[in-house]
Amino acid sequence: MKARIKITLKNGVLDPQGKAIEGAIKGLGISGVGDVRQGKYIEVDLADTDPAKAGEIVEQMCRDLLANTVIENYSYEIG
Amino acid sequence: MLRASVIVFPGSNCDRDVKTALERVTGFAPKMVWHGDASVPSSDMIVLPGGFSYGDYLRCGAMAAHSPIMKDVVAKANSGTPVIGICNGFQILCESGLLPGALLRNASLHFICRDVYLKVENDQTFFTKCYRKNEVIKVPIAHGEGNYFTDSQTLERLEGEGQIAFRYSDAEGNVSAETCPNGALANIAGITNKSGRVLGMMPHPERLYEAALGGTDGRRVFESALLSVLEAA
Repeated sequence: MKARIKITLKNGVLDPQGKAIEGAIKGLGISGVGDVRQGKYIEVDLADTDPAKAGEIVEQMCRDLLANTVIENYSYEIG
Repeated sequence: MLRASVIVFPGSNCDRDVKTALERVTGFAPKMVWHGDASVPSSDMIVLPGGFSYGDYLRCGAMAAHSPIMKDVVAKANSGTPVIGICNGFQILCESGLLPGALLRNASLHFICRDVYLKVENDQTFFTKCYRKNEVIKVPIAHGEGNYFTDSQTLERLEGEGQIAFRYSDAEGNVSAETCPNGALANIAGITNKSGRVLGMMPHPERLYEAALGGTDGRRVFESALLSVLEAA
């Protein structure tokens, strides 16, 4: 079983890296580009095959380590 | 007598600087404590030094906040042992929940390494009592992630409870967006917890503790700690 975890900055939290990426995309001559926000994607292999139990484990790792909930949101899929 | 413990994480690189500063300024050498240890020896203060613990992987300070030693650092801080986190140490204090908020990438995206001016906002705490309120001091910063952020309610509480210790200013003490090197909210360079005994600051006082280093404005952080311990004895 694998957890696919996405971590994104909360709305209102400044993302200077996203801004720099936005500038670089525009530098390619690509038009129609708006705001760019950068996040993280993490894959975790899980030994547990019970989806409920796996959900609990992933919730705990997100809350306690992978995301800083002061500045970040997280979401995940398990399968 | 000042019994200080400096926690050494993999990737700490200001641990020996702060050891030397403590020894030279207070006359007492601190104990160096490895992050993998289970407990901190009985101490008058604990230092979380600057550097790049765990290579800054995931987020600065995120891994270090879960080092084995941190359980005891948090327990001791919660029962009143003073803790100072400098630079990466400040990031670790925020990640461990001992201080509110988080330190984001500098607004300019640049790593900034230079002397800055700080306005002293609170001269009543364990680590700041040898400064004077509204005094301007010069201390170096060296970081890529020092852009302090917190929600508006927490900022209001920090302001209201006198938990802001230092703000980035100019040489005259003016605090504005122009005098903020990294985009930090309300020009925050250092904050304390509610009791004033846990201090996190991005600038490095251990880098300017004697004239040969180019200034002495950092030494009073360590003098304050010694004075606080002597007063309590």
